[in-house]
Formats: sequence, structure tokens, C-alpha cells
Amino acid sequence: MRTTLSAADFVAMFHLVADRIEEEKVRLSELDGVIGDGDHGITMAIGWNAVREILTPELEEKSITDVCNLVARTFLNAVGASSGPLYATALMRGGAALKGREGADGAALAGFLAAALQGLRDRGKAEPGDKTMIDAWTPAATAAAAAAEAGALPAEVLRAAAEAAGKGADATAAMLPKKGRSAKLGERALGHVDPGAASAAVILAAMADGAARP
Amino acid sequence: MVANSKKFMNDPDAIVREMLEGFFGAHPDIVRPSSANPRAVYALDGPREGKVGLVIGGGSGHEPAFIGYVGKGLADAAVAGNVFASPAPEPILQAARDVHRGAGVLFMYGNYAGDVMNFDMAAEMAAMEDLTVRSVAVIDDVASAPRERRTERRGVAGDFFVFKAAGAASDKMLDLDGVVAAAEKANAATLTMGVAMSACTLPQSAAPNFHLGDGEMEIGMGVHGEPGISRGPVLPADKVADELVDRILAESGAGAGEQVSLLVNGLGSTTLMELYVLHRRVRQRLDDARISIHRSFVGEYVTSLEMAGASVSMIRLDDDLRRLLDHPCRTAALVVA
Repeated sequence: MRTTLSAADFVAMFHLVADRIEEEKVRLSELDGVIGDGDHGITMAIGWNAVREILTPELEEKSITDVCNLVARTFLNAVGASSGPLYATALMRGGAALKGREGADGAALAGFLAAALQGLRDRGKAEPGDKTMIDAWTPAATAAAAAAEAGALPAEVLRAAAEAAGKGADATAAMLPKKGRSAKLGERALGHVDPGAASAAVILAAMADGAARP
Repeated sequence: MVANSKKFMNDPDAIVREMLEGFFGAHPDIVRPSSANPRAVYALDGPREGKVGLVIGGGSGHEPAFIGYVGKGLADAAVAGNVFASPAPEPILQAARDVHRGAGVLFMYGNYAGDVMNFDMAAEMAAMEDLTVRSVAVIDDVASAPRERRTERRGVAGDFFVFKAAGAASDKMLDLDGVVAAAEKANAATLTMGVAMSACTLPQSAAPNFHLGDGEMEIGMGVHGEPGISRGPVLPADKVADELVDRILAESGAGAGEQVSLLVNGLGSTTLMELYVLHRRVRQRLDDARISIHRSFVGEYVTSLEMAGASVSMIRLDDDLRRLLDHPCRTAALVVA
């Protein structure tokens, strides 16, 4: 397993994210159909499919920061919606945290995730417990920091983040949505996982698998 | 009720582009495309020196909103997102640059988290280019949040009245503060209540975006199928109209002797026949309350793909707002002579 991740590894990870989102898009849209407008999976797939188009071998020669910025801009302009500004901001902040690095070790990966989370919070203004993607990203960043602290390799840091994100997403089923929805929706949303949290878990799991590639 | 997923479609990924191509081909006397901004529709003779530029936008699938409201006397440009998804900041910013004539630009859109974030990002980018931009998010959907959290409400068919008022103010060459004030005044005076009878299916998706049982309807459901206030068996039209009007009147404050304008809007697959049956009852109710209707609009003004359902929007008028609504405009979806 690698001790650091290169720009080429980030390209590979984003490739895998695009594949997994495409595989999961129907499930994600169905989750959204229960408590939202039913298009989350489609929106994410449009964005990540656009990203796949720009993940060329030439990109591997760029810096990790450049790769993240390009993926962010591509995703944003393909998608708009809510996920566009949120993930674009997260990726740009995450990428900025890795500025000047040839390779990212476990601690740098944890820093990447912490910066991405801060970007999501600044842009979306959601708090933990609001039943949003923040409820997957917050435990993910915390678990990543703990794993890095314990000296974990990049793929292990991402694995810890992905597992925490999955549990965080599952926990949103018991939450009431608090961001700008009617009180009635609150009750009806109980028992259903938030689609944004579910897709966050998909993304982090794909990144962990991508980082563990031989 | 099973949603109708049959569509006239070549390729779901091309549907927005092909719709825009069709729109430009159909209305070359009103709008023009821009090769530099393929997701935007520009008014042929809207922007002019010293006039505030008006850029509207939102997800596709709500036609004639938003592209149908571009033209002289209304919006100078509309930016079309993917189906039910806000447009991205880049095309919004480009539209702002293109319609700017030295008097600033106003962004208008329905109040959804995605639209707010994308238009705000575009406004931040515009500010870096010394381009003055203000924003007004329409918040007419009564069912989407209680009165005390009014600023969280979504924008639905009431977009029509609020855009119209702002477009007229801009066409009358009011300055940016004046156009914003007109938009905000119309926004505060407009209330909408909707009801859904069946779901719709997004072009890229095989399944309807929500489920409503056979013989069920939902009062207050959002135009993207966001859950509403109450779900129950389909009621007779007069009872449905009463449910909608009751909530609007309870909040509007409009009283005897006042004047309003009405929009009875179809969501996509509801017939005009039904919309007139609803309007009949709404009119009776307003007559009973001795509220007069200055002008009614009945038809499809803000839709939701092939969703079945309707909404009633009411704007409480004063002399200012009445003049703005009566001001001439020429767009694909609305001509006021």
C-alpha cells in the first residue's frame, strides 16, 4: 500500500467515484424521491460523468491542487443545482490544503477532508444534525483525523472516513430535516436516509478503494 | 396513479439543448442565442443603455418558465439549468456581463437552496469584475414554510407576477434600487397555493419522482414533488379551490374593495377545462369577499414536466403594481399590448 498519493492517484480515485455514482444513481434518486425532488442521483451522475471526460492521462502530470480545481470547475458547470456549488467548494478547499505537495500522506489526506468539510459548511450553512451531507462528512473528517494521528496510510485514512460516512449517512434516517423545509415534511422524512449523505458515503468509499489500488 | 414516462425525446442528455434550439427556431423575432453562452436565452431588443439588466433563471422542466419570459418589457436573459436543477454560476455570470448596460443587473429566481448558491456565486464573481448585481429570490409558496419563516419559502408560479413587475420597472428605466423595490414589493404581495394529483418522471430517470396513490391528491406539494401539507382522497374541484383560497386569503390581508390579479396555473398535464373549473370557484370566493380581479391568467405559466395539478397565485395590487403588470411586454409566453 502506498505511503503517499500522487496526482495520478487522485485521477484514479475520481475515476472510481464517477463509476460508483453512475452505478448508484437510481438508488440515490429514489432516496431523494421520498424526501426531496427526486433528482439527486441524476444530478450527481451528470456531474461525475462530465468529470470522467476530463480525467485524461495528461492530467496526471499536473499538481494534486490543479486536479482538484479542474474537477471542481467541471462538476460545477455540468451540474449547477445544490451539489454543484457544495462539491466544487469542497474540492477547491481540499485541493488548496494540498497545495505544493508532490504526494499526500495520511495526515495530508485528513487535512484534505477537513478542508473539504469546512468548504461544505461555509457554502451550505448546514449544521450537524440537520439531515444533510454534513452528517456524513463530519464523522468522516473526524475518523480520518484519528486514523492519521495513529499513523495510518492514505488508503487507511480514507477507509476510516468512508466507514464513518456510511454510519453517519445511516444515522440520518432518525433525523428531522432542519434546512428550510415545512414542519410536515420533517415527520415524513423520518426513517429515510438523506440522499446527500448517502452519496457522500459512496464518494468516500470509492476514494478509499481507489487509494488502495495496487 | 402511474406517472406517464412516455416523452418526445431523442436523448435525455441532449433534451435541454434540443429544447433551446427548438425555442430559438420558434421565436426568432423575440429571442436570440449566444454561441458564447449556450445555456442562455437573450432578448432580441431588451438590453439598452442605462437600463437595468434583468437575468432570470432556474432549472429546466418548468416551461414556459424561465425562457418564455424573456423579451422586451420583461427579462433580458434567462439561464436554463439541467432539468429541475439550478444553472451553474458561469453561464449566469456571462448573462450578467452580456445584458449589463451601465445601470447594474438584477438576478431573479425561485428561492431554492441550489438557485441561491449558484446565483450567489455568480454575483460574487460579478463583484470581482466591478459589475453591480442585486438578487431577489421569489418566496410565494405558502405551503413550503409557515408565515413566521416566510423567507424560507420556495418560489413557484408567483415567479410570473414578480418577474413581470421587475421587468416593467426596468423597461420604464427605473434605476437598480427602483427595480429591486418593485420586485420586492411584488414578492411581498404574491401568494401561491398548489395541489398535485400525480408525479412526473425526469427525462434521465425511469421512475416517477414521487408516489401518490390512486385517487389521492396532495395539497401544498412543491413543483418538484416536495411533500406538502396534507394528502388525501381527490376532492371535488370547488373543495380543492376552497382549500387553496382559504390559505391565501387567511394570509394576504386583502379585504373588501381591494383589487388583485390571479393566476390559475396548470402544472403540466392538467387540462384548461379543469383550470377554468377551479377559476370559477376562486372567482366566486373573491366575489363573496368583495375582492375584485383586475386581470386573470389561466393556463400553463410555470409547469413541472408532466405533473398533474394546479396552483392558484394571487397578487394584491396597489396602483403601482397594477401599472407594472399592465406595462407592455412581448415574450414567448406572455404578451401585454
